[in-house]
Parts: sequence; C-alpha cells; structure tokens
Amino acid sequence: MNRPVLELRNISKTFPGVKALDSVELQLYPGQVTALIGENGAGKSTLVKVLTGIYAPDGGEILIDDAPVTMQAATDAKRHGISAIHQEAVMFDELTVTENIFINNQNRNIFGLLDWKLMRKRAKTLLEYLDVNVDPNIPLRELSVAHKHLVSFAAALSVSSSIVIMDEPTASLSHHEIQELYRLVRRLRDEGKAILFISHKFDEIFEICDRYTVFRDGQFVGSGGIADVTQDDLVAMMVGRTVSQIYPKEQTTIGDTVMSVKGLSHPSEFADIDFDLRKGEILGFYGLVGAGRSEVMQALFGLTPTSSGSMELNGKPFKPRTPGDAVDQGLVYVPEDRQHQGAILTLPIFQNITLPQLGGLSRSGFIDMAREYDVAREYATRLQLKASSLSENVENLSGGNQQKVVIGKWLATNPNVIIVDEPTKGIDIGSKAAVHKFMGELVAQGLSVIMVSSELPEVMGMADRVIVMHEGRIAARFERDDMTAEAIVTAATGA
Amino acid sequence: MKNTSLLGKMISHREWLLGAIIVLMLMGVGYIAPFFVTPGNLAEAFDDTSILIMLACAQMLVILTRCIDLSVASNIALTGMCVALFNVAYPDTPALVTLILSIGIGIVLGAFNGILVWLVGIPSIVVTLGTMSVYRGFVFLISGGEWVNAHEMTPQFLALPRATFLDLTVLSWIAIAVTLALFVFTRFTKTGLSIFAVGGNPKAAVYSGINVGKYQFITFCISGAVAGMCGYLWVSRYAVAYVEVAVAFELQVVAACVIGGISIAGGIGTIWGAALGAIFLGLIKNALPVIGISPFWQLAISGLVIVLAVIINSRSEKCGGRRILREAHQ
Ligand SMILES: Nc1ncnc2c1ncn2[C@@H]1O[C@H](COP(=O)(O)OP(=O)(O)OP(=O)(O)O)[C@@H](O)[C@H]1O
Ligand SMILES: [Mg+2]
Repeated sequence: MNRPVLELRNISKTFPGVKALDSVELQLYPGQVTALIGENGAGKSTLVKVLTGIYAPDGGEILIDDAPVTMQAATDAKRHGISAIHQEAVMFDELTVTENIFINNQNRNIFGLLDWKLMRKRAKTLLEYLDVNVDPNIPLRELSVAHKHLVSFAAALSVSSSIVIMDEPTASLSHHEIQELYRLVRRLRDEGKAILFISHKFDEIFEICDRYTVFRDGQFVGSGGIADVTQDDLVAMMVGRTVSQIYPKEQTTIGDTVMSVKGLSHPSEFADIDFDLRKGEILGFYGLVGAGRSEVMQALFGLTPTSSGSMELNGKPFKPRTPGDAVDQGLVYVPEDRQHQGAILTLPIFQNITLPQLGGLSRSGFIDMAREYDVAREYATRLQLKASSLSENVENLSGGNQQKVVIGKWLATNPNVIIVDEPTKGIDIGSKAAVHKFMGELVAQGLSVIMVSSELPEVMGMADRVIVMHEGRIAARFERDDMTAEAIVTAATGA
Repeated sequence: MKNTSLLGKMISHREWLLGAIIVLMLMGVGYIAPFFVTPGNLAEAFDDTSILIMLACAQMLVILTRCIDLSVASNIALTGMCVALFNVAYPDTPALVTLILSIGIGIVLGAFNGILVWLVGIPSIVVTLGTMSVYRGFVFLISGGEWVNAHEMTPQFLALPRATFLDLTVLSWIAIAVTLALFVFTRFTKTGLSIFAVGGNPKAAVYSGINVGKYQFITFCISGAVAGMCGYLWVSRYAVAYVEVAVAFELQVVAACVIGGISIAGGIGTIWGAALGAIFLGLIKNALPVIGISPFWQLAISGLVIVLAVIINSRSEKCGGRRILREAHQ
C-alpha cells in the first residue's frame, strides 16, 4: 500500500477531568476515505481540533509526508494543506456568504485590495459545484442550519488542500443533500485527496469509506479496510459490548385530537399548513432541507408570528405570542440548532436541564439544589449522557452530549405536546436507540410528539403518520401502513 | 410576496434612514432659518464636525471587535499638548512634520491600550477607563498645568487646518480623506474583513486562523493614530492647549457610533453609519442654537436620539427571514 500523507503517533490531549485523547494513532492515505468512528465523547472532534491547530496536543507526533510538523494555529493547518469542516458551525452570521467562504484566503486585485467581484464569481461557482441554491450576497444569518453547513463546505473547498476533514458533515442534511455530498466526497477522493470522514451513520460509512479507525473513550481501538468488517464488528469495537442498535416501535393506543392546526400561513416562509395531532401519537415531518419544517415548528412555539390560520390545543384556542405562552400551555420545542437556541453553553449541565422548570423546583424563591440535581441525574441517565460530572459546563461536552442535554431539558418539563427537531442528529448509535425508546415511553404515557427529521429510517421507524413538506407547503400525508421510502422521497422533492 | 415594507427596508439600511433624517432636519432648520443652509454655513458646520467624524469612524473599528476605546479624548489632549510644546521648542518645524509627529504619538498611546487588551488580556473598558485618566494626568505633568496660548504657537502650526481648498477647510478635507480611507480599509482589505470576523464570532475567528487579540490591537492603534492626529488639529483649530481639552468628548464619539447603527455587541456596522451618526450630532449641535433652542435641550435631544437608536438597532437585528415561499414562486 502507498504511504500515508498524514500520520499521527501517540497523540494525547487532556482536559481538566477528562483524558479526551490517550495516545491515539491515525493514518490517512491519498485517494482514500477514512471513517473515524466512536461513541459520543470518544474524542473524535478533539482530534480534528488537534489536526487543525486549534488545540495543542499534550504529546505525540503529527507527520505530513513523513515529516514531523507542529500546528500552532489554524493558519498552520491551511499551510500544510489541511482543510476541515467542523462539527459545530464556526461561521460568521453577520458576514455574507461570499465573505464567509473566503474568510481566510482572499483574492486580491492589482492594487492589493480584495477583489470581491472575482470572489463572488468563485463563490457562485463553488456553490453551483455543490448544488446549493443560495445567493452569495446575502448575510449568512438568513440561511437555515443546513445551508450554513453547506456554505462551510464551500469554504473548506475554496482552499486547495490535500487533506479534507469532515466532522459529521451529514448531521443536518437530508436525503438529497446527502447524495450530493457523497458525490462530492467521491470526486475529492478521485482527485487524490485524503479524506477523514466522521459519522455515526453506518449506512454512509459503508457506502463511501474505504478504511476505518475506531476510538473508544479517547483510546485507539483498531483500524483497517472497511471491506473486511461488518457493522456489528464496528459497533463491538466502538462500545466494547453488544448494544441494542434499533429500538422497535411500540404499539400505542392513539386517542383524541389534542392539537389542531388550520390554514397556518406566514407571509414568506410557509402557507396553508393543516394537521391534527392525536394523543399518544408520533407525527413525523419529513422534507428536504429548507422545506420550511423548522419555520412551522417555530410558529407553533410562538417564536415566529403567523399571518393567518388558527390553532387549538386541548380544545382551547392556542395563540402563543412568546415561547413562554407555549410552555405554559404544555407545548415545548427542542430546536435543531442546539448550539445557539438550545443550551446555555456557559452554565453547568444540571442547571441547563432544570432551567425551564425552576419555578417548580424552588421553595419560597430559593432553588432546591438537591432536587435540581436529582431531576438532572434522572434525565442524564435515561439519555446516556457522558460527562465527567453534572456540574461540567455544557460548552465542554462533545457535540452529541450537548444534544442530549437539550433534549433532557425539555423532556424534564413534563409537557403534553413536544416538538423535536432532528432529535438524534449527531447522536451515536447506542444513544439513538435510547432516545427512540424514550420517545416511545413518552407517547405510551399519553404525550403527543411532533418529530421533524431528515432521516428517513427514523421517520419510517418511529412515526405513526408522516407529513411531507415541500417549499413551504404540505406536499403529502402518509399513514403508517401506506408509507414507502420511495413515495416519501418523491413527495419531498416535489416531483 | 415581499415581507419587507419600506420602513423595514429603511430600518435594515440604517445609513439611508439616518441620511433621510439628516436631510429632513436640514430642510426643517432651513425653513426657519434660511441662512443655515447656505453653502458657506454648511461648510462651517461640517468643519466643526470633522474631528467627531474621524474619531467616530476609528472608534467603530474598535467597537466592531467587541472592544471600546474611552481614552480617545485624553489622547487628543495629551498629543495636542505634546505637539504644542514641541512647536514652542522648535518653532521652525513644518506643519506636515507636526501632523506626522501627532499621528506617531497617537499610535503609541493607542498601542499601549492594545497591548494591555491583547497580551495582558484586560477588558478594554477597564484598560481605557484607566488610560483615560493616565493620559490626562500626563498632560498636567508635561505642561505643569499651564496653557499654551495662540500667541506662543507659530503661524505655520495654526494655519494647516484652517487653510481652505475648494471652499472647504483642510480639516474638512482630512476628515473626508480619513473616512474614505477607512471605508476602503473595511471593505477591501483582509485586515478589515478580519476585524468584522473577530467581533462577529470570536470562536469562529480562531477556527479560521484569525488571531482575535492581534486584530483588537490593530484597531486600538488605528483609533490612537486618528485621535493623535485630531489632537494636533484640535489644538491648532482652537489655538489653545490645556489640560481639559476635549474633556468627555469620548462620549460623543461612542454616541455617534451607536446612532450610526454600530452594534455595541460587535461585528455589525459600516463606516457610512459612523460618519452619518457624527454628522447627525454635529447638526444638532450647530442647528439648535440657530433656531433658538437652549444648549440644555441639545443634551436631552442627543440622549433621546441615542436611546431611540439603540431600540432601532435591536429591532433591526430581529428582522430577516428566509423567504422559502418566494423562492418557490419563482
Ligand atoms: N474544551 C473542553 N474542555 C473540557 N472537556 C472537553 C473539551 N472539549 C472536549 N472535552 C471532552 O473531551 C471528550 C471528547 O470530546 P469530543 O468532542 O472529542 O467527542 P466526539 O468524539 O467528537 O463526540 P461526538 O460524537 O458527540 O461529537 C468529551 O468527554 C468532552 O466532554
Ligand atoms: Mg464530535
């Protein structure tokens, strides 16, 4: 086999209380896609940050083309031909799409000034290459989470690099964009680039990766060719035990309508949204990225004003003007963008979980810390949260564990309708089953769940009914018995 | 379907809104006191506002990086006193050399703030509150509390800002040049873009290989350079240097930025906004006495406008959406 372009030897990185990386190794080969696999908190993103000069490793060697290098800052990584798409969105909301793409490698004109005309043209080309339909001149904040993510791909591709790192690139994308991404990955691979691909989804690992490397609790477990292993082998390496990977849907008795939405419209984001939600039901919302699902959910939660339409909750008119109104009436929303909308990163885990229900946990104005801890511990255990302690700041958790905190936070309020936007995005395979099981328990207790998901297996596996949205409108509805993957995907693409 | 009303558009394009208000005010004042809007008088009012415009544009850069420079007024006083004393000691110095000297002194004072923010890691508000007093204290030390008066300054020293060219004073031309230069700097240089990035999302800046502290340092140097230059221009224009020169002027500078739509949270703002914010304040200051409103009202009105600007700022940050349906209709 040819020589690796990038080799890591005995890399370690310790944070207070956690050994995130414990003398791990990794090789990346030109023209090959290497999957990096591990549970939430296994140290994958930490490795990416070491490789891109954001964290200095405590020890170990990084070799590029057999020569040792040091990474002091993100600019060093760029110099060594490494570009990365990070797990969390590290972009600039107030800058335009073009400015974001070229933030660290601009084109200049003959006067040494930035050549925006050329960069706008290149941005357009890059976005077309990625098949992303966004205007390069608008501020990034106007884009959806997924589109922002796609812009970060364009940024990574704008520099010529021999090593491309993608940390859970498909987490916020839906079927169509994922196919596009595969195409892109294959094209980069064929151009001879070495690719590190981090993912929790085994179907995609088997589809596009050539090699694998597995980490468990910050330690290297093994690596090899993907053709020589099965999914069960990989899962066993990841967790060191066997786990139930799929949680079968429980049959629940579905009761009366708890919420009904009629003709809900917004001036520019969605129109004519009609549906009923029944007791004990999981209602799935599927659609391509940017179909307007999250916007509808935000309107239900009182975050976005609507222009017309009416809603009823528990038989009473429901017109939330703020999220507070919605929570008071028993409707909660777990947003998709957990970094910005979901958690207070600088507060500890337990306070994040109990934040929405502090009223219930305090006695004559003082917070009952012991009970706060109990509630937090219960949800942390049920969601298999991995953290050094419950007083750790959420900021310091791995991406997947941050998600679990946000989910726990809203579930702990005992709502009667819960809207979850991409509930298992970025969550590892074992915990995913736990989240699904948990949702099953909730509906069994008589709650109703609206689940927005871009993952077809999740929608088909969990939902009692599915509503498919396309360009801000409802395109199709399916009952559990007549759902097929083809029909759902076709409806979502508007065909 | 369009979701942006005219008002919404105006609010999201702060500069236009502010520009329109300024024009309306000029028309109003012109109606009551026609001589106010004669070219000669307008040029005079602009000359009077020039220093505020330059300082506001430079301050904007600092604010963009999530910092603030409260020491600019003291920098003016200290640099102004330095060059005035220098002029007394070396009367033959050409005005241009004095100008360059003032910029140099200003940079040193700005860089000192910048170093404390970047390498020592002290919050800028603390640093510049400190240097605000320190620099003003130095003015007293080097002058012994004495004034440098007009008759001690050489004609060359006094002439530079007052000389006129195409009906505008050199001071006005300098303000225009500085504003244009800073516009080009913010829009067309890597450093300018990085300054927006640093304030917009410091974490993402690190991930993009942008050294947050270094760019904060750079903005303090620019703010210092402009303040230093203004120190000479101020002392020369008013033909006097003393300890209390430009006391509390930093508040007007920050106010001009806020009125101009510069977000105190960093990362948002334009040079035009800052310049128009300064012009707006200058207009109030120059127009109110003309239409017979007492200076006390001036303060109250400026204050009200600042509060209003903050409200509009926070509103406009909430605007914006994705317009899925419109895309679909095309
Ligand atoms: N800045 C930090 N401070 C303290 N601890 C940290 C920090 N960053 C990461 N950790 C800890 O290091 C461990 C590894 O985290 P990392 O983000 O690398 O996980 P991951 O494998 O990427 O997980 P996921 O699949 O959830 O993204 C976790 O236990 C996390 O809590
Ligand atoms: Mg991660």
